[in-house]
Amino acid sequence: MSIARQVLTCSRFACRLVPINCRRRFCTSQHIMMSRHTHTKRIEGLDQNVWVSFTSLAADPSVVNLGQGFPDIPPPSYIKEGLAKATSEDRMNQYTRGFGHPSLVKALSQVYGKVYGRQIDPFKEILVTVGGYGSLFSTMQALVEEGDEVIIIEPFFDCYVPMVRMAGAKPVLIPLRLKPGKKTITSADWFLDPDELSSKFNSKTKAIIINTPNNPIGKIFTRDELQMIADLCIKHDTLCFSDEVYEWLVYKGHQHVKIATLPGMWDRTITISSAGKTFSVTGWKLGWSIGPEHLIKHLQTVMQNTVYTCATPLQEAVAQGLVLNYELMGKPECYFTSLAEELEVKRDRLATILQEAGMTPVIPDGGYFMLVDVTSLNVDLSHITDDEAYDYKFVKWMIKEKKLAAIPVTAFVGDESRKQFEKYIRFCFIKQDSTLEAAGNILKNWAKS
Amino acid sequence: MGIIRNVAASVIVIRQSSVRNNHKIIMSRRLHARRTDGVDKNVWVEFTQLAADYKAVNLGQGFPDFSPPQFIQDAFCKAINGGPQMHQYTRAFGHPPLVKNLAKFFSRIVGHDIDPLEDILVTVGAYQALFSAFQALVDEGDEVIIVEPFFDCYQPMVVMAGGKAVYVPLRPREGSTVLSSGDWVLSAEELASKITPRTKAIVINTPNNPLGKVYKTEELQMIADLCIKHNLLCISDEVYEWLTYDGAKHVKIASLPGMWERTVTIGSAGKTFSATGWKVGWVISSEHLIKHMKTIHQNSVYHCATAAQEAVAHGFEREYEMFGKPESYFKQLPAMLHHKREKLASCLQSVGLQPIMPEGGYFMITDVSSIKVNLNDQSNTDEPFDFRFVKWLIKEKGLATIPVSAFYSPEHRKEFDKYIRFCFVKEDSTLEAAEDILRKWSQQE
Repeated sequence: MSIARQVLTCSRFACRLVPINCRRRFCTSQHIMMSRHTHTKRIEGLDQNVWVSFTSLAADPSVVNLGQGFPDIPPPSYIKEGLAKATSEDRMNQYTRGFGHPSLVKALSQVYGKVYGRQIDPFKEILVTVGGYGSLFSTMQALVEEGDEVIIIEPFFDCYVPMVRMAGAKPVLIPLRLKPGKKTITSADWFLDPDELSSKFNSKTKAIIINTPNNPIGKIFTRDELQMIADLCIKHDTLCFSDEVYEWLVYKGHQHVKIATLPGMWDRTITISSAGKTFSVTGWKLGWSIGPEHLIKHLQTVMQNTVYTCATPLQEAVAQGLVLNYELMGKPECYFTSLAEELEVKRDRLATILQEAGMTPVIPDGGYFMLVDVTSLNVDLSHITDDEAYDYKFVKWMIKEKKLAAIPVTAFVGDESRKQFEKYIRFCFIKQDSTLEAAGNILKNWAKS
Repeated sequence: MGIIRNVAASVIVIRQSSVRNNHKIIMSRRLHARRTDGVDKNVWVEFTQLAADYKAVNLGQGFPDFSPPQFIQDAFCKAINGGPQMHQYTRAFGHPPLVKNLAKFFSRIVGHDIDPLEDILVTVGAYQALFSAFQALVDEGDEVIIVEPFFDCYQPMVVMAGGKAVYVPLRPREGSTVLSSGDWVLSAEELASKITPRTKAIVINTPNNPLGKVYKTEELQMIADLCIKHNLLCISDEVYEWLTYDGAKHVKIASLPGMWERTVTIGSAGKTFSATGWKVGWVISSEHLIKHMKTIHQNSVYHCATAAQEAVAHGFEREYEMFGKPESYFKQLPAMLHHKREKLASCLQSVGLQPIMPEGGYFMITDVSSIKVNLNDQSNTDEPFDFRFVKWLIKEKGLATIPVSAFYSPEHRKEFDKYIRFCFVKEDSTLEAAEDILRKWSQQE
């Protein structure tokens, strides 16, 4: 905070609170207090946040909101019923086991034991956290510190960089690059250059963060791509933090592969998941980290010194949802499968809407976001003189003028990659059909005008 | 360090082939971050496990074994069935109905217009509120004064933030019969002597866990004077704010002159509404401090669960209307606990123990030095007496409590290792079961 701002703030304080004859003395002590009690070094420069700016803009009810990533479709009814039932039991309203409610970690051990093809110890190899976000935070705080470098692939879920910086480490960015020359672009056309990736690893590299399926592109890393990353992790002796919150949202013809299942990777990987994304209950804020005991135990230390426990009735309800779906795994009624099928239809609908409006969408292989290149719309924003990237200006303009909200993709990249990504915006399609159709109408009229 | 890293790097190259074949050799470098050094031990993990293993009558860990009041459970059910938005992300810094109701409710008490969006941050329990405060405000090398006995997490949180904990104990007043928590006081001189140019903040907890002390206005004024004189922040953990007995009045240090802008006040829905498993807490403070805690929050958990916040919002709306009336839960709960406090105290006294009557909170500590018992254990004799006594009590008598020296700094632990802590926010049947155990035990001797 600049000195001028501090002085202004303190004189505002003084005028409000203190009789006139004490003002000067009070103002000086306020000034001293304000300058002394500024923020800690760990949060230097981390106060900005794209969601805080854009959610309030999109909150206007007349805006069709395909911006922030949460469903406006309801979660399965048994999940809500499970929560109502849990709160009716006395014990479920009080503290549970800090590292994860027993019935939940046991259910997770069952479901993921099957997925990984290995026995997962519910008490030592699982930590339940406050959302996937909480898992990311616990992982960074437990395993990353000053002097470390952490490789992050662009575009990245925006919190990775501030979390790495708050842990005192240096983010090292590498962009996904687009294979040129294709007419219909899918997320698989975005790739990591192996030589470029290799050049980012050095003796200071503590970890690489991967996100598959990726937000915002929707890329699902193939086994070969993951093997390439794994080879580098093993060669350079680094950890791998794998954010797999969209693990079940995989569309036809693609398969989600867990890097932790590749040879040599279990012992150096933390895999992160989310109940919010799994069961369409983002407002429940429950997630989990799965990994080897020698890594998870440090995340548990962080947990017991930050939040300690997660909410009991919510964990109980998620446990029951998992048990129910474990029985159905592989069958079409399993929510993990049925949600992906439901979303594939919406994906295709949104892609068609965007193509008819003359835009070029990037068809995602997974997740519930779609990138679209807005270059062809030729919107001239040169009259807006702020320093922001084109996509920021475009989205703000689109919210205001067209009543349609999206998220600018440069929010997910570092400064150096801005030029590469500033013609892209991100739409979320885990929305009611009526919401998608409303967006379609806006875009149809836009194409006409 | 550079040389070590270079050597390590060449060791990695040599190990390359062996790593692929032998997954046990993981990393030649250090794995965990230094900030987790020394903060991995935890008294609760050990003692809750023990109580469960021996199926002990549990007056140990502090949570109710009865249900939250019907109106708040109904509010939660209503929220669960309240439409899809109740299950999706809400405002990151606090669900709007909750922050509005908190602001409305507490403005009246603090005597200051609290801005719901700028002066409040909702957190995952008071625990995360404490974490956010330390992370936002304590830097490497800052000193933080902690009043003992203290809720055990303050110390590791200060350490994890790179700070140095400095302790000042509450002591029984000279010449008193030390039978009330009101007799345990802070020496103004001793407190002042702990302040150095590096002191950033002082942490107080009122009503206090485990002692039950409710700081009087004069005592808070003494602390406030020092905060103002030395330009310190005050972190005030007030999770038990509604639980006061015998006419003791809970006073908010933030309401004293000059304190609003330097105090961080922490509250808990879990303790307020007997729903510890909901993990909803909050910080109320001046905007310029809250904004830094918001930065920590948006880079750590970001959002808190929506439906639980909605339910707590309704709880505060109801209590705002009922304030001061007999139907207010904030009157009924302390009345109910007052009765339990009496019950536990007389049960302890009847077996010759001397409990310290708490003016507030739901814990009671008692001196056990008069009990002659052969602990006869093979456990670590380096462990403080109360730790060994509590373990013996769980194993031999099936009664779980918590050793009070867990709430003291290493330097003062030996002075206070003859007390154990009972929790009385339990069903009467639980208290009676404890009474049975103690009576049988005293009859044996």
